[in-house]
Amino acid sequence: MSDSTRSLREREGLIFERSSRGRVGYQLPALEVPAADPAATLPKELLRGEVDGLPEVSEVDVVRHFTRLSKWNYSVDEGLYPLGSCTMKYNPRINEEVVRLAGIAHLHPLQAEDQVQGALAVMWELERALIAVTGMARVTLQPAAGAHGELAGMLMIRKALLDRGEKRRTVLIPDSAHGTNPASAVFAGFETVEIASTPEGTLDLATMARHLDGGDVAALMVTVPNTLGVFEPEIVKAAAMLHEKGAFLYMDGANLNAFVGVALPGKMGADALHINLHKTFSTPHGGGGPGAGPVAVSEALVPYLPVPTVEQANGRYTLSSDRPKTIGKVRGFYGNFAMLVRALAYIRSLGRDGLKSMAEGAVLNANYIRARLESEFHLQYTGPSLHEVVFDDSLQVAAGVRNVDIAKRLLDYGFHPPTMSFPLIVHGALMIEPTESEGIDELDAFVDAMKAIAREAREEPDLVKGAPYTTPVQRLDEVRAARQPVLRWRRTGD
Amino acid sequence: MHRYQAGEDDRRRMLEAIGCASVNDLFVSIPAEVRCGALDLPAGRSEEEVRREFWAYAVANSAPECFASFLGAGVYRHVTPAVADSLLQRGEFFTAYTPYQPEVSQGTLQAIFEFQTFVCQLTELDAANASLYDGATAVVEAVLMASRVHPKRRRVVVAGALHPDWRAVLATYCEPMGVAITDAGWGRDGRVDPAALARALGDDVCAVVVQSPNFLGVAEDLPALGAAISACGALGVHAVAEATALGVLAPGGRFGFDVVCGEMQAFGIPAAFGGPLLGFFAARQAHLRQMPGRLVGETADAGGRRGYVLTLSTREQHIRRAKATSNICTNHGLLALAATIVLSLLGRKGVREVALASHAKAEYLKSGIRGQGSGARARLAFPESPTYDEFLVLHDEPDALLAKLKKEGILGGVSTAGFGAPWPRGFLVAATERNTREECDRLLDALRRLA
Repeated sequence: MSDSTRSLREREGLIFERSSRGRVGYQLPALEVPAADPAATLPKELLRGEVDGLPEVSEVDVVRHFTRLSKWNYSVDEGLYPLGSCTMKYNPRINEEVVRLAGIAHLHPLQAEDQVQGALAVMWELERALIAVTGMARVTLQPAAGAHGELAGMLMIRKALLDRGEKRRTVLIPDSAHGTNPASAVFAGFETVEIASTPEGTLDLATMARHLDGGDVAALMVTVPNTLGVFEPEIVKAAAMLHEKGAFLYMDGANLNAFVGVALPGKMGADALHINLHKTFSTPHGGGGPGAGPVAVSEALVPYLPVPTVEQANGRYTLSSDRPKTIGKVRGFYGNFAMLVRALAYIRSLGRDGLKSMAEGAVLNANYIRARLESEFHLQYTGPSLHEVVFDDSLQVAAGVRNVDIAKRLLDYGFHPPTMSFPLIVHGALMIEPTESEGIDELDAFVDAMKAIAREAREEPDLVKGAPYTTPVQRLDEVRAARQPVLRWRRTGD
Repeated sequence: MHRYQAGEDDRRRMLEAIGCASVNDLFVSIPAEVRCGALDLPAGRSEEEVRREFWAYAVANSAPECFASFLGAGVYRHVTPAVADSLLQRGEFFTAYTPYQPEVSQGTLQAIFEFQTFVCQLTELDAANASLYDGATAVVEAVLMASRVHPKRRRVVVAGALHPDWRAVLATYCEPMGVAITDAGWGRDGRVDPAALARALGDDVCAVVVQSPNFLGVAEDLPALGAAISACGALGVHAVAEATALGVLAPGGRFGFDVVCGEMQAFGIPAAFGGPLLGFFAARQAHLRQMPGRLVGETADAGGRRGYVLTLSTREQHIRRAKATSNICTNHGLLALAATIVLSLLGRKGVREVALASHAKAEYLKSGIRGQGSGARARLAFPESPTYDEFLVLHDEPDALLAKLKKEGILGGVSTAGFGAPWPRGFLVAATERNTREECDRLLDALRRLA
């Protein structure tokens, strides 16, 4: 296809392809000191010249390039982004403002403690707020993401068991769990056993009891509400059964948005719970992070928390590593501090009532979508939904239309699709989580689009199967990408 | 109702459509025994009130911008072009998520592909991922990858001065995985002691980690180390804490190292009290299917148009679950974009100029400190050893000296006292293109008077 028939925006190539010798995109301040010749100051075998392949572009080139790239992206700012389990809520701009304040943005982690009392205060206050939200004993702010929090939590459980002189190897994980759960358990040194969900899609306590009797279970990892958006009705009983046999309850907090201000994981018997600040607490998803995954723990796990923790005495904050049984550090420095600032600003903006109405709004919006789409799309598990609902494609598959086709056709209607093919216990899943950010008009537009696609699936299935038609690119050849991996640009002739 | 949520009338209409009297009816599945009353938190606040609260936190900190700052030790203050943040604040970038639907995520995907390319160029290796959390966890992922590549080899050697936080994190992850760690320390020149390394190597070693420039600021002899590591059959891991060093110092990829990984924060990522920073990871083609993290690959769409997708996902947790190469899911994507923008602006000439300028500033300081004579209380720890933009100054009471310097408006460096043994007592001084001559002269003058 000739380039001249496409718009400027469509034709944008790689930044390396914009390169033109002699263009420059920066100016450094004057050197002012004598130049140091590396040939004189450094061993010659260690030297390199200019890095080959780096582009030469102007600042204008860079602005044009990244502005055009941005316009190929869908985002929460543009519209409903109902990715189930990701909680794509609005990212408030006051959070972006406060994180850029002088005295916050460029603070160095190794400045003396008396120079960073404000930063330590933020961490202290956020920990107190997350304790209030969860009803648990303490919170580590170190983990950089949910999966990282899972690992930290499982390491604490492991240490607690070793401290008791026990070497239990097994972690039970429902088949509906997010893939990070078993991956994290393995990296914490455990073996995982998958337990099948009940016909209602919930935890099978009888199976769990049988495994517990074996004496080797260290923990159960469970998501509440589960990945179908359904509350685990017997969670308190499950916790009691685990504790009675000396095992622990790890709770994946990805779905916390469903019940903040309504229920407390601490009362459910959770020993460790990670919180995704980039989900429940509005920090932006950034195209793939950064997030933050603080882990709240019960009293039993407090001795094993990562160090340092923020402590307070006589109005002064300190970073304390006085925790002899700590699991150690799980990352450099103290945490994804800039995300912690954003989350605290959000908690302050919403307050106790705003946080409760957040959960109520999330659950109401999901139930509204469920009520309006139940007649068109199949619902495998019909228990009450909280903040997300999992439909599947089984009514459309007869015409050869699968969840992937429905998702691609939704793109033409201007929406980001729901999460697909997760949880694994629902074949052809479409997991819809609208969040509380949406008003009825946006939800109605989504429902109308889904109904239109359901009608197209009946009357013109090929139209759906060939979608999308209006996006910057059409369906991409993922098989080719995996078979012949090209993971970087190279100059022709390289 | 809150300004980030729907309104009363929205709620009323939705409840009607569902057939519920109140929103409480939607929570019947949550049993009474786990319910809570009002959260023990203050009421919601206006933007103005939030702003005031955070101004108070901000002024209770000493902003490095208000000082002559020479802080390094893993976080460095380099050029941050004004245009970078304005591009990062585009909602299309920062309010989007993982590009699961590539047709509406080409902006994110192509930017990651460009980041991967930059990392390959800087490291002279074949494949790079879309980012990791930070340098510490990047080194961990490299070691764990090596333990999968050589499953019978259960030991890693840390050669020379590795950042103490990175060493601590490595210990946390290696213990449950049954990987032992041997440290081969540094010699009197601040570099890996070749005899100590030779004693530490063996055919049970899966990886050898060398940070260069190391935590003491010294540039290691990567060619010799690369050869020794290859001879032992282990994976060589070149760890980088100060990424701008790659503008003047050749990467491990040139000397037979299998992995070059670490921290890319120096290319325009704000210090942010230590996080979020930017882990990077590059490896040889042979290790591609064992690599951790997301990978973006080039392909074409149904119309033949070039496009980008997440690829080789069978390595990852959402497909491979318990057998994944890493548990990582959300990474540090927006910061990879930030570095991509900064590297684009600097380009071929700028990456080199930043490195040369930073090196020149540090050399100027070193010669000034040398000039104070070998009897001075503050003296270079490794006066004959090659350094890039950071070096260790020995001093008996670094915390007290740094406090005096701070009173004169100087953040003179990072004390090693807090890191304990075996670190020599003193402080690490980092200088970059952003330190003026006047600031450097003030530091030298203050050391002369106060050390």
